[in-house]
Amino acid sequence: MSQRPHAPARPPGGSAPLLVVEDLRTEIRTPRGNLKAVDGVSLTLDAGETLGLVGESGSGKSVLGRTVMGLYTTGPAMTVSGRVLIDGADVHALGDAGRRELWGAGVGMVFQDPMTALNPVKKVGVHLTESLRRHGGLSRAAARARAEELLRLVGIPEPARRLGQYPHELSGGMRQRVVIAMALANEPKLLIADEPTTALDVTVQKQILDLLGRLQDELGMAITLISHNLQVVAGRADRVAVMYAGRIVELAGADVLFAAPRHPYTEALLASVPRLGRPPHSRLEAIDGAPPDMVAPTEGCRFAPRCRYAREDCHRVPPVLAPEAAGGRARAFACHHPVRPVVAGGS
Amino acid sequence: MAGTGSAHMRSGQDRVLVVDNLVVEYPAGRGQKVHAVSGVSFDLLDGETLGILGESGCGKSSAGRAVMQLPPPTSGSVRLDGAELTGLAPRALRTRRRKMQMILQDPVSSLNPRRRVRDLVAEGPSIWGTRPARERIESMISSVGLDPAVVWDRRPHELSGGQCQRICIARALMLDPRALICDEPVSSLDVSVQAQILNLLEETKTRYGLSMVFIAHDLAVVKNISDRIMVMYLGKVCEVTPSARMSESALHPYTRLLLASVPEADLGPGGGIELTTGEAGREAPGDAALALPGGTPGGLPDVVPVLSGGTAPAWPGDAGPAVGRARTGGRSADGVGDGAIELPSPLNPPSGCRFRTRCPLATARCADEEPLLRQVGDGHYLACHNVGD
Repeated sequence: MSQRPHAPARPPGGSAPLLVVEDLRTEIRTPRGNLKAVDGVSLTLDAGETLGLVGESGSGKSVLGRTVMGLYTTGPAMTVSGRVLIDGADVHALGDAGRRELWGAGVGMVFQDPMTALNPVKKVGVHLTESLRRHGGLSRAAARARAEELLRLVGIPEPARRLGQYPHELSGGMRQRVVIAMALANEPKLLIADEPTTALDVTVQKQILDLLGRLQDELGMAITLISHNLQVVAGRADRVAVMYAGRIVELAGADVLFAAPRHPYTEALLASVPRLGRPPHSRLEAIDGAPPDMVAPTEGCRFAPRCRYAREDCHRVPPVLAPEAAGGRARAFACHHPVRPVVAGGS
Repeated sequence: MAGTGSAHMRSGQDRVLVVDNLVVEYPAGRGQKVHAVSGVSFDLLDGETLGILGESGCGKSSAGRAVMQLPPPTSGSVRLDGAELTGLAPRALRTRRRKMQMILQDPVSSLNPRRRVRDLVAEGPSIWGTRPARERIESMISSVGLDPAVVWDRRPHELSGGQCQRICIARALMLDPRALICDEPVSSLDVSVQAQILNLLEETKTRYGLSMVFIAHDLAVVKNISDRIMVMYLGKVCEVTPSARMSESALHPYTRLLLASVPEADLGPGGGIELTTGEAGREAPGDAALALPGGTPGGLPDVVPVLSGGTAPAWPGDAGPAVGRARTGGRSADGVGDGAIELPSPLNPPSGCRFRTRCPLATARCADEEPLLRQVGDGHYLACHNVGD
């Protein structure tokens, strides 16, 4: 259902990507030592493209999103190294004021829990007009008119009345629509959506994902869609990055990634998802063991202790995220002994 | 949708749990009441797993808790192995309820943070007067897939969510129950851990001869573990169907909406592991689910265009602005649109069929007359005026 034609995985040569992340590392200080939440991530994202970022809890996907956004910077609690360029601007070299400008206009963020993303004692209208007046320089009346238009854009009925309501008067789906409207207020080029539908029911989830897709088509923004839910990402992203223990283990076009995973973790993750198309009481392929301790991660491949294909070298030598040798679509995986590719044309 | 019907109830001696006309209402101040569960009946055969499926606010958890008498339902009857549980004095209730145990959504907050694993697992029998032998506790911990030597002295905060859920299952099993009521037992777990716990529940059920009520919102999870699925909406039952045929034969507009909302079809082949052997056993559940096969009993073709594509009809009650749907691009070609559709208030649910405000097929009759559950196929029951004839 609702498949969207995939853009080519990478445009040949051409213009500079909208987002460039280079060897990004985010270490969070803990009493036991530094926790390597994001450990050397590099990726790019083109204008108008959707990148899915999937992984289980603790894989570093949310920390990556927030570091890219510039919400996490080097300070008493954490150290950030590497580079994040959004539209050419180095997010972590900007000062606080520069970053505020960026958040207001260049990037928008949608968080998982819309109730905590909204201020409970402020009306919906205030949430929306604040950034319009601050960054857009609109007058009070113009900001209000624009806020109404934004609510209409995200499919909220009776927008004029909703502007005067408090967040608690709205349902979860409505609140998430308001959060999306806030993120879109100044038409950002990049939207980072961190688990935007995890707190919502499945019918509402579909509405919100459809909404994001439509807005992307209309406004031409790039989206980074962070989710633990493979199905959510599968139908919506052009490319998908799978994260495990702070690193990207596989990165490929959504269709090829899900049809024929090469990294054993991607394969195992896909196999552990219950499917509607299978008969009841089918045994699921669980992944034994637990993710590594990110304060003192193991040498070598971090998935090796849980991997069904692991050999001796996996425990010693860390694999690098390398592009696939043979031609075809651009895809990369970090594995010494990848899953055998499916023969082309097989069903 | 009705639920006041009882056509799906079975007779016979092997029913472990019989719930009849269950009503749960909560006072909401100013003389108002939340109608959480409004006349739901179901039964559970020996060794069967009944899945209760629905979105938040549909009353599935309230129904599960009312079965456990936590708190007792406003009215209705709950019989466990033939013994009535409602209206009992607390002491008598505790004795009779022992054979039914509950597994909750958040395994960490279900466990007393100050107790150690050995005491947590032994707690049930200890309350009943006999602290179990060490060997029994150890074997129970092993049977839920943990190493007793490792976790014996640990407290809940030293365990992962999946490990805590294993401990919760071990605790429940110590009392040798007949039935488990599982309320969203895997919703807070990662997919790989979710798979472990679902496998464990399946194994446990077979090994200990349990019956199970499995309450969840995830269609694929419910389908995987259940024999029979009951779909609820706003405190009523929409449809009861054998789980094996749910995707293909479900008829109720709400069940079809749920199926159409699952992003499943986009995930690709049925299982990564099989892929390595070359055979790409591609199952296309999503699309197959949307096209009613011709042979389906009572499959009305007019449901299909509404929910699976083509023109978007105006949904009564969908207050989404016209612009929301008019601009809808290829990704939302199911006619649902991305405009906001609100759940009616459980304080004042719609008359007649409660789904009618969101239903594309609703007619005047749906507002006046509540549809009753009736049989439409083998083990398949439906509460709708407009489909299934």
